[in-house]
Amino acid sequence: MHFEVKVEVSPREGIANPEGSTIERALPALGFVTAGNVRVGKVIRLQVEADSSDDAKSLVEDMCSRFLSNPVIEDSLVEVLEE
Amino acid sequence: MTQRVGVVRFPGTNCEFDTIDAIRSLDGEAEVLWHGQYDLKNVDAIVIPGGFAHGDYLRCGAIAKFSPIMDSINSFAQDGGPVLGICNGFQVLTEAGLLPGALQKNAGMKFLCSMQQIEFVSTSNVLGHQSTAGDRLLIPINHFEGNYVCSPEVLTQMQAENRIVFRYTDNPNGSTADIAGICNQAGNVVGMMPHPERATSHLLGSTDGNSLLKSLLAA
Repeated sequence: MHFEVKVEVSPREGIANPEGSTIERALPALGFVTAGNVRVGKVIRLQVEADSSDDAKSLVEDMCSRFLSNPVIEDSLVEVLEE
Repeated sequence: MTQRVGVVRFPGTNCEFDTIDAIRSLDGEAEVLWHGQYDLKNVDAIVIPGGFAHGDYLRCGAIAKFSPIMDSINSFAQDGGPVLGICNGFQVLTEAGLLPGALQKNAGMKFLCSMQQIEFVSTSNVLGHQSTAGDRLLIPINHFEGNYVCSPEVLTQMQAENRIVFRYTDNPNGSTADIAGICNQAGNVVGMMPHPERATSHLLGSTDGNSLLKSLLAA
């Protein structure tokens, strides 16, 4: 079965996210004074072949820990979207 | 005395010729090694130079670890062969697991291109043979992702094992513990963000890189 999977890679808690901080400092210029804790990451979408949704998820989690994210500085969240 | 240095070229590497010129100016031999080959051509030392290996896609250095030559460099390093990663080469070495930690975007979100003063913290490695701890060098930096990060446990371990090779005297990028360069436990694999090959003549503003490259040649 084909599964559409979304991976969200984000900076780990406690790791500085200079990109997010820069955006956070710029938002007040447009009047958005209530925004805070801005974090910038990336989204990777892919299709995988697997027997079940759980299998698809663990397959992509394995890709994350070994390649798609760097566990020293990043967390990853895998979401199976649809068959 | 090390005579021949292999300088690795990935698609997107751009400092290989500067590095080769610098090594030749010190009477060493140097040649380009293509990333797609396994053969290290019996060189005595490896330099992974700066640039944008594989376009820095995904993360700096992340794709490079799959290049065939990295398998050979892994074995070479495990056998004690001298390996130096400069700038993007340092990023490649961390992604390949040859050095701990990671390099994230500079605090301040600016690309930095400047002459920087660094200090030798430990000389027990392939770059330190001509120096003593506390020596200060002027070496240029040229990077966006040079902000070194590692877990507190890794930092403590590296400090205990004398593996912090260089620290910035005026931290430009937010690196943990002012780290500008580190080495592995054996001291034969060194990664550094500053570019010693660009500090090899008075015309370039500093000759302080020469002692590091000479040390590598003698490793």
